[in-house]
Amino acid sequence: MSVLRVLRAFGDPVEGEALVSEEGFSPRYDLDRWSGRITKPGHKLEGQSIADKVCFFPTAKGGIAAGWAFYDIKWKKIAPKAFIFGVTNPVMVQGAIFAGIPITEGWEPDARKVVRTGDWVRVDPQARTIEVLRRTE
Amino acid sequence: MELDREERGILAGERGEAAQRALEYQIEVGRFWGARRFVRVTNVHMMGDIEVMGDGGLAWLRGQETLGARCAVATTTNARCVDFAHCERLGQDAGEVAKERALIASLRRMDVVTTDTCINYQTVYQPHLGEHVAWGDTGTVIYANSVFGARSNFESGPAAFAAALTGRTPEYGFHLDAHRRGRFTVRLDAKLEDLADWGAVGKLVGETHQSYFSVPVFHGFARSPEADELKHLGAALASYGSMGMFHFVGVTPEAPSPEAALGGMAPEEALVIGEADLDRVYRDYALGGGDARLVVFSGPQQSLLEMKQLAALFAGRRVAEGSSCFATTNSGVLAQARQLGYARTLEDSGVTLLEGVCFYILQNLSPMREANRWSNLVSNSAKIVNIIGAHRFNTILRRTRDCVEIACSGRLR
Repeated sequence: MSVLRVLRAFGDPVEGEALVSEEGFSPRYDLDRWSGRITKPGHKLEGQSIADKVCFFPTAKGGIAAGWAFYDIKWKKIAPKAFIFGVTNPVMVQGAIFAGIPITEGWEPDARKVVRTGDWVRVDPQARTIEVLRRTE
Repeated sequence: MELDREERGILAGERGEAAQRALEYQIEVGRFWGARRFVRVTNVHMMGDIEVMGDGGLAWLRGQETLGARCAVATTTNARCVDFAHCERLGQDAGEVAKERALIASLRRMDVVTTDTCINYQTVYQPHLGEHVAWGDTGTVIYANSVFGARSNFESGPAAFAAALTGRTPEYGFHLDAHRRGRFTVRLDAKLEDLADWGAVGKLVGETHQSYFSVPVFHGFARSPEADELKHLGAALASYGSMGMFHFVGVTPEAPSPEAALGGMAPEEALVIGEADLDRVYRDYALGGGDARLVVFSGPQQSLLEMKQLAALFAGRRVAEGSSCFATTNSGVLAQARQLGYARTLEDSGVTLLEGVCFYILQNLSPMREANRWSNLVSNSAKIVNIIGAHRFNTILRRTRDCVEIACSGRLR
């Protein structure tokens, strides 16, 4: 099965169902922080829940408030298992580390070509790898 | 990371458990980015209000207080989610309002200066060239890096709070020369006479270059831009592009020439923005059912000169029956606007002035939208038009004069 290498990573190893986005992400602009669903009208994942998923986003959008938002969604038990970014920004990293959510940046090859929503993946931040363990039907 | 003696002391608990934990957290963040050491900061600006923090964040903050947390450097707060004078009328939740009061009291006990402003760079503290700070609210950071030539990364609430306790931040990103170099150029071939035009430029450039380290170099503009114009440009670049810095040749301190701004390298791309591009931005907003009942001047808070301009445009007019118009600012600007009569003019026209808040982070905003049956939100701020999406507003950017016209006529154009 496919293995991706990531450039930078934090956290303990996790396994989970992949949610792969073609669009960037902000927990403030895009996410309903009470349901865990992406609610921004027109977002490519509109209506989908990020809770307990390994979330793949090509970019990070905007805002400082993400720092508290990740802790908030963890507190509400609607946090994803990990954030996998193509390109991220400091706020996402500060927020994920603060909340204890694994986070990685940079992918080779491009995750969007290798991983599909519904695949079961394993993220190993120490080894800086992401492995597709099972394909979705 | 290399730690100096003081940092080793903090890590050993010499400055208490809160500072110790803060430094441990900062080391994890520094490791992620490959930081080699810490830099000392002179000033911290942090976002912390009940809407962004939630119950979990508040409980955590109270825990910090119990651990003896205290600011080691001057620390101010960003705009918050409740204006206590208006919370009942806005239908804000009484329980959340009480938590907001408790949160403010807790921050003050830890020696945080609760300024409640996202325009600290216009009203509170102006760092000098090369000064390291730890600021949060992206608009404050991009202004510090670009216009002042100071050095800050986007510091989220927990990260800024950690910097407040330790007096330092990991050295990565915009603290390093390597990341401050311009990457591509943007020639401004338009008049840009309205603040909304500057936000539109930020949207055009930011949307197509979504990267924190993608530093644009603006040039070719015919006059000297004003502080509020650079504020709207920066806020929009940071919002749409997640960008932390820009150069403006002949204007910002690290851009005396295009060559200097680009660090002697060739630009990766050379863009031109003209009047037709701006026209297209305004034209492309869907107007939905034409709802024109909500007009907002916020994100960032209004400066005194923006308040003056709004007062001049609203003088002798009234917000249309059934429409709502809000302008947000900080307490200092509002006090001066009252002295000068701008506030009275705006309030007489039916504009609601909110203090210490930003519209998009207002507690209870989604229920407020539903209760008022607002579908569209019209603003001259490209930033707010971008960031309020999760509350399911259809947003429309318009020039300041047009916003006033829409507010007073109740008709969208």
